[in-house]
Amino acid sequence: MDLPLIFLALMSIAMLAYVVLDGYDLGVGVLLRRASVEHKDTMIAAIGPFWDANETWLVLGVGLLLVAFPIAHGVILGALYLPVTLMLIALMLRGVAFELRAKVQPERKFVWDRAFYAGSLGASLAQGFMLGHYIVGFEQSLIAYLFAMLIAPCLTAGYALLGASFLIMKTEGLLQRRAIGWARGSLWLTALGVLAVSIATPLASPSIFDKWFSMPELIALMPIPLMTLLLFVFAHIFLRRLASDAANDNDRGLQRWAWAPFVCALGVFVFAFLGLAYSLYPYLVIDRITYIDAASSGEALTIILIGTAITLPAIVAYTVFSYRVFWGKARKLSY
Amino acid sequence: MEALLLARIQFAANISFHILFPTITIALGWVLLFFKWRLHRTGNVAWMQAYKLWVKVFALSFAMGVVSGIVMSFQFGTNWPGFMERVGNIAGPLLAYEVLTAFFLEAAFLGIMLFGADRVSPRVHNLATFLVAFGTTLSAFWILALNSWMHTPAGFEIRDGVAHATDWFAVVMNPSFPYRLTHMLLASGLTVAFLIAGVSAWRWLKGDRGAEVRLQLRVGVTLGALLIPLQILAGDMHGLNTLEHQPAKIAAMEGIWEDERGAALRLFAIPDETERTNHAEIEIPYLASLILTHSLDGEIKGLNSFIGEHPPVAPLFYGFRLMVGIGVLMLLISWSAWWLMRRRRNEGEPLPRWTLRAMVAMTFSGWVATLAGWYVTEIGRQPYLVYGVLRTADAASAVPAPMIGLSLALYLIVYAALLVAFVRVVFLLASKAGQGERDTRSRDVVGVPA
Ligand code: HDD
Ligand code: HEM
Ligand code: HEM
Repeated sequence: MDLPLIFLALMSIAMLAYVVLDGYDLGVGVLLRRASVEHKDTMIAAIGPFWDANETWLVLGVGLLLVAFPIAHGVILGALYLPVTLMLIALMLRGVAFELRAKVQPERKFVWDRAFYAGSLGASLAQGFMLGHYIVGFEQSLIAYLFAMLIAPCLTAGYALLGASFLIMKTEGLLQRRAIGWARGSLWLTALGVLAVSIATPLASPSIFDKWFSMPELIALMPIPLMTLLLFVFAHIFLRRLASDAANDNDRGLQRWAWAPFVCALGVFVFAFLGLAYSLYPYLVIDRITYIDAASSGEALTIILIGTAITLPAIVAYTVFSYRVFWGKARKLSY
Repeated sequence: MEALLLARIQFAANISFHILFPTITIALGWVLLFFKWRLHRTGNVAWMQAYKLWVKVFALSFAMGVVSGIVMSFQFGTNWPGFMERVGNIAGPLLAYEVLTAFFLEAAFLGIMLFGADRVSPRVHNLATFLVAFGTTLSAFWILALNSWMHTPAGFEIRDGVAHATDWFAVVMNPSFPYRLTHMLLASGLTVAFLIAGVSAWRWLKGDRGAEVRLQLRVGVTLGALLIPLQILAGDMHGLNTLEHQPAKIAAMEGIWEDERGAALRLFAIPDETERTNHAEIEIPYLASLILTHSLDGEIKGLNSFIGEHPPVAPLFYGFRLMVGIGVLMLLISWSAWWLMRRRRNEGEPLPRWTLRAMVAMTFSGWVATLAGWYVTEIGRQPYLVYGVLRTADAASAVPAPMIGLSLALYLIVYAALLVAFVRVVFLLASKAGQGERDTRSRDVVGVPA
């Protein structure tokens, strides 16, 4: 059995799960600043039961990187040391602001709302920067840094898209209508980001260029960009429809399709991820370290694989259970 | 060297901040379950009020624990790459099992425990509360298994400089693990006991004198009085275990320089590592030998038998006295408070004012003792990262010093701010708990036999 490959897959799944799951709650945080005071509570209530479990996927992803590919872990996190630090501090601020905003004196609440917003924004930007820097193999040139700085707001927009579509699903009334507007706004910047990454990766590495633009592959791979494009178009159409339902007070139409933008946004992330995974494979650091070079000895991995095989189904099962418990529109949080 | 020192300070700062919150959540989860059980059994609303206040503190501590823990999980690899290279075969699986079995469990059910009360049946809610408490304890199990292994490595062999597990049961159940786990779980219980007692005493002194305040005070005092003798016993046995496996650490903790028979217990001294002696000693003859070897003229090896191989003396010597000193204070205060409370069961004031003030002063004493204990343990392992196997200096990272310096400064600022916010909010929650429920109080519940 090819252990390193299995762990590459596991780690990628954990990272993808982290990006879409924490993506939507970071996105809600980024949007918090635009919401009115009474909507803020509902927005927080919509993500309250989930954010902790969402962030645990990051712990798993980074943990697997550390355990299964120690050399790559050192290179990647070493190169990203400062943005990682900023991300961790931002995540700390927002995780704590989550609790504190509801517990401090009412007149101090706005301070922690701001901290929540700033933390969510900071973490999203830092992750976008890291993604941009990672894609070009940590190249130390002005262009490379500019590129990373372009990806930072684009990924943030992607998270805002996820967050807004999550809110469309989980809220009603005025807030839901506003969320439709936010989702439409962030759609374009997200598309720009996906486009930028698609153009930059083959340019940054000739081997990636060859992987995509040689003959049988080009056709075989067409579904990835096509599906991504299609999902963007669908998201656009659904959002327009929801916006017109909202304008006409067609509540049934509104609730009937409320899930659609979120599913499209999710799909965009999944396909973008697949494309990126194909570009990079078998590298963990572009053109430098393959997952085989970086793999640690098999014996620790076997033990972990056994544990994963037993626990992962349980984790999925109780995660699903928790989403079912909080199914439907978000209600006020209290305990 | 510069980078090594900074990396150590950064690691110490981050884990010190992190451990404050697990110390609360591990035991508080079980205490909340206890509150629910009492409410169910007695129907007394005071238990409900206790639950409502402390579940808020729990949620806040949990959030602090989670976010600082995420920092830890990044830092492990970045600051100590040599650690994973050399002992990753052991540390990796233990860390992975912690994530897989404990972190996901507690994170998923926390949502239901905190926000799901009106969405699931009471049974499922109890189960969720139980799973969260169980998850935090399980996570302590795994991480302490790893930490204990770093002190008393077992069940492995070294091939080409890399550790390979030969017997996983021996790795997890390494010689110091049962002691360390017990001592830490009790430390968590004591921290929570004195936190509850201190906050309740503060409320009483401020004039918030409901039945539920009295009840919580009683819970805190009783829990503290029950656990502290166990802790002292566990600590003593832990020390014997350490004497067997890390004699140099014990010599530093006790400030003993020469090999000695019938060694005295130094109550106070100023250890001096350049002259290799103590100044201003206050000692009780024979007591150290008696405690550590259970015989009056038992021999204890002194630091001079371990030159070049022993940890820095002063932090261990003072840290150990701080922890034990707090332990003794905890014993005195909780036992006298427990006795006084029983005698004054039917009086208006549950405790005399001086006792209440002492309880307030002890509110965060568990934190101080826990940190002191961890510093003794961890500094006592120096110069090793894994005792006898891997030296700290060989595991440090290649991250340049200025970067670590910058991130360290950022962390320290954030930690200071968050710590202040945490303490203030705990007291704010306590004072709000009193205001909301003034009218729903009944004064006679305290007499109900528990
Ligand atoms: C004795 C207990 C203990 C100790 C010594 C540590 N932790 Fe911890 N940790 C916990 C007990 C705990 C906990 C009780 O399970 C926490 C605290 C509150 C919580 O939410 O879970 C937690 C949370 C927590 C989280 C967040 C989990 C989540 O998402 O739910 C991470 C990633 C870590 N820790 C990692 C570490 C690392 C890498 C440590 C050591 C180097 C460490 N912890 C020491
Ligand atoms: C939870 C409470 C803990 C506290 C307060 C604590 C404290 C410390 C301190 C003060 C140091 C620095 C020692 C020195 O450099 O002189 C240290 C080092 C270290 N500890 Fe801990 N520690 C704790 C738990 C753990 C756990 C659970 C682990 C691993 C499973 C761990 C792993 C390490 C490592 C890798 C180092 C760095 C190397 C070193 O300096 O020895 N620690 N810790
Ligand atoms: C009063 C009697 C006590 C004794 C004799 C005692 C003994 C010890 C000893 C010998 C160690 C070092 C273990 C090692 O070799 O690494 C230790 C560590 C520690 N102590 Fe204590 N202790 C006492 C009280 C307390 C109290 C009151 C607390 C907290 C509320 C506490 C918390 C800790 C912690 C968290 C550690 C580090 C973790 C560990 O190694 O178990 N101790 N204690």
